Amino acid sequence: MRYLPKSPADREAMLKAIGLRSVDELFAPIPAEYRLSRDLKIPRQMAESEIVDYFRQRSRENGEGYTSFLGAGAYSHYRPVIIESLISRGEFLTAYTPYQAEISQGTLQSIFEFQTMICELTGMEVANASMYDGSTAAAEAVMMAVRLTGRRSVVVARSLHPEYREVLATYATHQGMPLSVAGFGEDGRLNLAELGKAITSETACVLVQSPNFFGTIEDASAIAGIAHKHGAMLVVSIAEAVSLGIVEPPREADVIAMEAQSFGVPLGFGGPHCGVIATREKNVRQMPGRLAGQTVDRQGRRGFVLTLATREQHIRREKATSNICTNQALVALMVNIFMTVYGKVGLKELAKQNLAKAAYAAGQLAKHGKVLFAGTPRFNEFVLQTAEDPHAINSRLLEHKVIGGLSLKKFYPELGNAALWCCTELTTRSAIDTAAGLVAEGKRQVSSPKQEADIEEVTR
Amino acid sequence: MRHETRKATRQVNQNEGLIFEKSSAGKAAWKLPPLDVPEVDASKLLGSSERKDLGNMPEVSEIEIIRHFTRMSTWNYAIDLGMYPLGSCTMKYNPRVNEAVACVEGIANGHPYQPEKISQGAMQILKTLTECLIEITGMDAITLQPAAGAHGEMTGLLMVRAYHHSQGRPRKKVLIPDSAHGTNPATAAMVDYAVENLKSDSRGMVDIAALEAQMSEDVAALMLTNPNTLGVFEQEIHKIADILHAKGGLLYMDGANMNALVGKVRPGDFGVDVMHLNLHKTFSTPHGGGGPGSGPVAIKKKLEAFLPTPILITKPDGTLGFDYNRPQSVGRVRAFYGNFGMFVRALAYIQANGPDGLRQTTEDAVLNANYIRKGLEGAYDLPYSTATMHEVVFSDKVQAKKGVRTMDIAKRLIDYGFHPYTTAFPLIVPGALMIEPTESESKEEMDLFIEAMKSIAAEVEEDPKIALDAPHSTRVSRLDETAAARKPILRWKPAV
Repeated sequence: MRYLPKSPADREAMLKAIGLRSVDELFAPIPAEYRLSRDLKIPRQMAESEIVDYFRQRSRENGEGYTSFLGAGAYSHYRPVIIESLISRGEFLTAYTPYQAEISQGTLQSIFEFQTMICELTGMEVANASMYDGSTAAAEAVMMAVRLTGRRSVVVARSLHPEYREVLATYATHQGMPLSVAGFGEDGRLNLAELGKAITSETACVLVQSPNFFGTIEDASAIAGIAHKHGAMLVVSIAEAVSLGIVEPPREADVIAMEAQSFGVPLGFGGPHCGVIATREKNVRQMPGRLAGQTVDRQGRRGFVLTLATREQHIRREKATSNICTNQALVALMVNIFMTVYGKVGLKELAKQNLAKAAYAAGQLAKHGKVLFAGTPRFNEFVLQTAEDPHAINSRLLEHKVIGGLSLKKFYPELGNAALWCCTELTTRSAIDTAAGLVAEGKRQVSSPKQEADIEEVTR
Repeated sequence: MRHETRKATRQVNQNEGLIFEKSSAGKAAWKLPPLDVPEVDASKLLGSSERKDLGNMPEVSEIEIIRHFTRMSTWNYAIDLGMYPLGSCTMKYNPRVNEAVACVEGIANGHPYQPEKISQGAMQILKTLTECLIEITGMDAITLQPAAGAHGEMTGLLMVRAYHHSQGRPRKKVLIPDSAHGTNPATAAMVDYAVENLKSDSRGMVDIAALEAQMSEDVAALMLTNPNTLGVFEQEIHKIADILHAKGGLLYMDGANMNALVGKVRPGDFGVDVMHLNLHKTFSTPHGGGGPGSGPVAIKKKLEAFLPTPILITKPDGTLGFDYNRPQSVGRVRAFYGNFGMFVRALAYIQANGPDGLRQTTEDAVLNANYIRKGLEGAYDLPYSTATMHEVVFSDKVQAKKGVRTMDIAKRLIDYGFHPYTTAFPLIVPGALMIEPTESESKEEMDLFIEAMKSIAAEVEEDPKIALDAPHSTRVSRLDETAAARKPILRWKPAV
């Protein structure tokens, strides 16, 4: 086996040193009746070239070469080449969690810079080293608000990513955290009147997403006003990090739970991505996850360590703020490098291009349908309502190697034939024109059984 | 330094400040293509939501970024540099083909919501990995959704709770041995189970009599790490399982130490009902400085209805798809389908090994731990003489007499060119030195490790100060963690 650095003679010598005759003796503690006396039924040992071939083949069966208008919590942005060059360095890739600070200063300083940049972009005072993803970060941020307020119930915006809502529901089930949902209004934003009715003196926090699932930007200060008036916190989830280049962050929020995948992380069929939580300094002792902090060594030189560990499971066990241990460190490093590359000016210009592409696409597609919530500020996503079923549209687009907007029929049946379209700086004008042309073709009726079958196939 | 350090030599190491300290207006590492659609007026589109200022974000050039991160990287220890003997962390070689295949176009760029019709490649990877892990664990079904081990524990206990609920009563508590990882009790609390401590016996195993006494119909499950954190296989595992099952409880296995078992014994065969795996330990996906991980949860048939949604199915036409219609499911634990990129790497690892390679891997891992045990016996106190599997736990009892504790020995080990072992864990061994070499270490590397550890033991006898002031050869000396926690500085701020 090519990963194992021992010759048969080495093994012999080691067994002899231990005083054993055969390796089987090492497994004697396992009761004989449970010991496996056969080969595992898994694929045979493969050569490296065969493994590469196998995955190249799977890749060809996985949407290679398609143009996509999908967003909805996972965004296709350009990844500068140096991200991969730098994260491939074994010193980053193959290092453990930096508990031994003296030989982990590279990882620790990098986390410290990550925390700083997340604070700058979100307008918060502290940020942690990462969470699993945006959905679990949102759930953990809510649990943090529950601990901070001593209250238990939560109001969740229906315009929050539906899968984030599902994850929160799972986390909340056994923690005695009643959830209520506040709907969205005609403008595609949280209905403030509904929020006013749902919020009570028992409400720990209000959870919204901005830009929300429809791509529209929530009025965070109005929501914060209502939440704070009732003594509740405002938790804001941000799923499209690039929006922070041009959209004012929700500075009135108490906690921000982000998904930073947009910052240089591959889509990767949904993971690994990079969650992160940011908040005010006064809340930090209830924050879950790792934190890097600055300190000095015995000679007074600047250095960094993991700190405030008394919040964490390896110290506090069942009284910890969360059970999280392993986080998304290497992915956070990708995010860090991306933020460093684009920086103060680049992020703004990048975000502006996203804004322009989505505005152009909305204009073109509006000719063949209705762009919902049109008057509300939005970033790079919008909802297109059509006469034709979006699954039918998408099955036609697919034949031209175009993946259309995400049908909202499953998540928001009340919107009828609606789909969520996303454009980034990578979406070309010609792709938008092609897609608009194909959407327009829908004016003819879908009738043949084959077409019906195709529609069936793209329905999820 | 009195004793020879054969493994490491000091060399010049570059200094590097924070990126913000290099920033100045007008430098840039980015270039966007010309916009091919009409420009828009952001203030018109966004109104008061328009952001005008990005604060102290850096402005630097590409070469500065390359040097910045490369210099910082050289301050890290890594598996690629040498042995990383952290107990229960399984710091094994991270094969590079894993990284290469994870970067292939359709795998790296697949969107989680792209139509199933053009997601068959990704789903085939899910299916094949699922089948392999089920065979390796001897369980009946699996979810790949949890993002890490602790997340897997939560998912597993949610299923335990749902199972008992379906039996009429969710029960009240979870038994956890005193040798367990901190994530176990923290997880139980998240799922609203009370934690009851279970004592280990003099051999470092579950005390069967105590278990019998504590087991009742209020106990939902026992969370057992096997081999446990002492590296000891629970020899009476069948009795443990029987005691639990007799009162309707479930046996949860923390699979953190699965590297001792793969291909040799299957948890499903010795009575485990639910268990999680750490793909970033046993299945070679890189730790990356603390993540990403992946924590699949394997279960027996009776828990299948409670798996998180969606689950992968084969449709009548033979293609793969996701089934979201699972009325008894515990729900979703994460958006999308889990850390897919880690599944790709784990499968590539399994393929590179095959059944024979996985078995040899396990044998070598256990052989290495026993070789180190033999090599260090006498130099360090061995609190439990029970047979060792993949890791061995010593204590600092001998060295403590000179005022040198496990952390001091660990810090001194750095000077010898090694990453420290796990210190002060498991909690049942005061001053523990927990050592897991994994299969990835050659005899030569381990001989150097044993030599270093013995040399430190000798130093402690002659001059304890050497260890107490260690490390001596790193770019920073011991850092003040107390000060860091007392007045936390968690971000850079510009000088006023």
